[in-house]
Amino acid sequence: MLEATATADWHRRLMLGLLLAPALLWLFALIVLPHLDLALLSFREPVAPRVYQPSLAQYRTFFTEPLYWHVFVRTATLSAIATALTLLIAFPVAWTITKLARGRMGALLFVVCLIPFWVSETVRTLGWMILLRESGVLPGLLAHLGLTNGPVELLYHDATILVGLVYTSLLFMVVPLVGSLESLDNSLIEAAYDLGSSGFAILRKIVIPHAAPGITAGCIVVFMLTLGNYLTPTLLGGKNSLWFTEQIYSQFITRFNWEQGAAFGFLLLALSTAMVWLGLKLSGQRFSDVMRRT
Amino acid sequence: MIPSLPRPFWLRASTAAFLVAFLIFLFLPLVVVAVFAFNNANYPAPPWNGFTLDWFLGNESLGRVGLFKDSQLLASIWTSFVVACWVTVLSVVVGTANAFLMERAKFPGKGALSMLMLVPLVIPGVILGISILAFASRVADFASDVFGLELDFLRPGLPLVVLGQFSYIVAIATLTISARLKRFDRTLEDAALNLGATQPAVLRTITLPYLRPALIGSAAIAFLMSFENFNTTLMLVGADSPLTIMMYGRMREGATPVLNAVSLFLMVASALLALTLMRRNDRKDA
Amino acid sequence: MAAVSAAGAPPDLEARGVVKRFADHVAVDNVSFNVARGSFFSILGPSGCGKTTLLRMIAGFIAPDTGDIQIGGRSMAGVAPNRRPVNMVFQHLALFPMMNVAENVAFGLARRGVARVERNRKAEAMLERVGLGGAGAKRVDELSGGQRQRVAIARSLVLEPTLLLLDEPLGALDLKLREHMKIELKQLQSAFGTTFVYITHDQSEALVLSDHVGVMNRGHFEQLGTPQELYYAPATPFVAAFVGANNRMTGKASAVNGEMVEVATDSGWQIRARRNGPVTAGSMVEAFVRPEAATIGRTSADLAALPGQMVHAGEVESLLFDGANSAVLVREVTSRFEFRIALPQTGRYADLKVGERIAFSFDPERAACFAARAAHA
Repeated sequence: MLEATATADWHRRLMLGLLLAPALLWLFALIVLPHLDLALLSFREPVAPRVYQPSLAQYRTFFTEPLYWHVFVRTATLSAIATALTLLIAFPVAWTITKLARGRMGALLFVVCLIPFWVSETVRTLGWMILLRESGVLPGLLAHLGLTNGPVELLYHDATILVGLVYTSLLFMVVPLVGSLESLDNSLIEAAYDLGSSGFAILRKIVIPHAAPGITAGCIVVFMLTLGNYLTPTLLGGKNSLWFTEQIYSQFITRFNWEQGAAFGFLLLALSTAMVWLGLKLSGQRFSDVMRRT
Repeated sequence: MIPSLPRPFWLRASTAAFLVAFLIFLFLPLVVVAVFAFNNANYPAPPWNGFTLDWFLGNESLGRVGLFKDSQLLASIWTSFVVACWVTVLSVVVGTANAFLMERAKFPGKGALSMLMLVPLVIPGVILGISILAFASRVADFASDVFGLELDFLRPGLPLVVLGQFSYIVAIATLTISARLKRFDRTLEDAALNLGATQPAVLRTITLPYLRPALIGSAAIAFLMSFENFNTTLMLVGADSPLTIMMYGRMREGATPVLNAVSLFLMVASALLALTLMRRNDRKDA
Repeated sequence: MAAVSAAGAPPDLEARGVVKRFADHVAVDNVSFNVARGSFFSILGPSGCGKTTLLRMIAGFIAPDTGDIQIGGRSMAGVAPNRRPVNMVFQHLALFPMMNVAENVAFGLARRGVARVERNRKAEAMLERVGLGGAGAKRVDELSGGQRQRVAIARSLVLEPTLLLLDEPLGALDLKLREHMKIELKQLQSAFGTTFVYITHDQSEALVLSDHVGVMNRGHFEQLGTPQELYYAPATPFVAAFVGANNRMTGKASAVNGEMVEVATDSGWQIRARRNGPVTAGSMVEAFVRPEAATIGRTSADLAALPGQMVHAGEVESLLFDGANSAVLVREVTSRFEFRIALPQTGRYADLKVGERIAFSFDPERAACFAARAAHA
């Protein structure tokens, strides 16, 4: 009997070890250590070939060079705007799917909304380029209708970047919103109406508090993805895009200045983390709960 | 607001109008991509010059290299496919192990570990890419300097792309599989034991069959996310470009409609994958 | 012990001094009992009394801290659950949703390495015996509650276990089906002749189904006996209160005359009840009177034919009409104590009105008086 429990105990430890090994390997070799390394990289400065010294030079460059600053703030602002726009568009869609559509229509509409996201972002961006470029579909159409004198260039504007970012982010907003609105009992709305609330009051007092976890989850994910997007801003914004990920890429890959690139990476990560944290604080949500919703 | 409450006409009308506009917004880009794959012109732009299959079948002699003759594109599709297969297998296997670890095992530091497992989901892909690139290079440099070992797989290239994509896709697989494992009624395992099953037989006949939908679902998601990944891949790629990187390069240069052709091919492939999955689910529900 | 083994055969289940402690409490406290071959044994107790822990120890999912469990004369110490000659019907049945009905029934046979053809034949034959012939290809969720129950039993019985454990399998069913399944369970048990160990918190299930019942409370057996013994001769106040309906009165023993105790209840009522166990004059007591032990009359004259019974005056508080189980709640006039009386099935008192003055009495021989339990009981 004692021997049996000893064997069982040993067996249990072995299983735990076997299950822990891949998780630890993944998290430490691919997440924790690389980020620590990136941090070290950002806090040093080359003084001679292959000779480095600890320094804050990389961060100093960021704060003293107005271009970097400008791009950073611009990226954050546009990302915030894109997140807000995505929420504004996605909310009525999620509402229609969960509350207005009858029977299978809701499920069908949901699937229809997801379809574009089975196709890669590259393809979707290609579609926008064909639509918006000077020789493209929409400028041609506008000129044909006489709304503009000849085709105009619709690419390479900030608005273009926003369109592309919102488009690409919709899925990540619609899914958590549908999830949280689905669990809202219609009778709560009926009760509020019955007790004399206006539509706006119902939205503010009943719907939004209930959907808050979904809204938070959607906003956090969309903001983070937008901030870290590279493809959409560079292709739709062209040379004017001035997106911060582009700076990271050019430092890392084009100029091979890894120290500077690492510092930029860390700044972006800090901003992203700060926004996630802020979002959680403002809505009083827990990180793990929010992430499980998306 | 909801159908059981009175809604004024203007509200219903504007809801409908919004929905139509939204659907147009959603599908217009895909439609133009598909349509211009068949336009008999050298650029994917209006006007419509008539129908052609040149961008699928054309070869050098026509002056238009179609998708099926474009060896660069075909090679990049193959590269993406191979990478996606690796990422899928790794993610599902490790994700399953993680799910059992988080739902079944007890050990100190479990709460912290479960938090840490969610972290890759909130790190921008570009940063995952550069951190893995930098760390892998440091390890490779160290091995080279100290032991004289050349660890080529740690230099930019496909193995690193696989690792980079895996690093966050496995987090999604873990969440999907854990969610289903959490809902599993453990008395089913007790019942199987009680009916004489050994522990491995319980796993094989009860627990894994129960997890199957989540395993298949997370495999499909992992494959798709890997195939579509751009940000992380961009930082880690070497000589062989996966499809998204190849397309990006060509789109910057001013693409020919062969990109529309390959896009259409991707759409059809994704649609087939989606339909297969949905039919599976429907059969289950029937 | 109440369960005497038939013809000298060893009991199918024997528990000796079984103890199981969890962190802060004793779940099963020194329990011993035998279950004779082929009998239907129930463990009856409120939730949290330790009956599930006891059952899971028999099944092998939990090991006892001390004591021994023998099944078919063999000690089960260190025997894994999948190696015990015991099968279990789980509370929520635990049918495998990923398999059809026949696969569920054949599951245990497959684990024993029985060839496919043979196990399909056996599964089909077993389904036939439980009245589900031809349902083998159905999915589990296509079955009704009662059918699922039968599949769960068939799945276990096809393995011909020494012992079948049932963990409140009727709990999830609605009332009507539960009544029906009670009868069906009893018929299945006598048809198969397998020893059943059944746990439940529902005293009616235990009384209807069992040959013997162990009433469990706070980890130990209060009483082991036949349903009749539990009902007519409860050994402890807990059993008296838990098994069947009872009027319970607490008070002080004002006098003890041999077997008869004079009780002054806390509400100020004088009654007489038969002594169960040691009771001394002046001590705190609990007295129990079954509703059917009391008789109702319109006036005290109606009760004159019942010699030796005290006649009490009451006022009708409410009428509880329930066909053959109809009763009336009466307030005793001096103490205002609420007392339940079963109405005769003749319908003689169907016209009682709320507020009406009546007379009632009960047979003190059928009223049980116990020394009061400790305050926490």
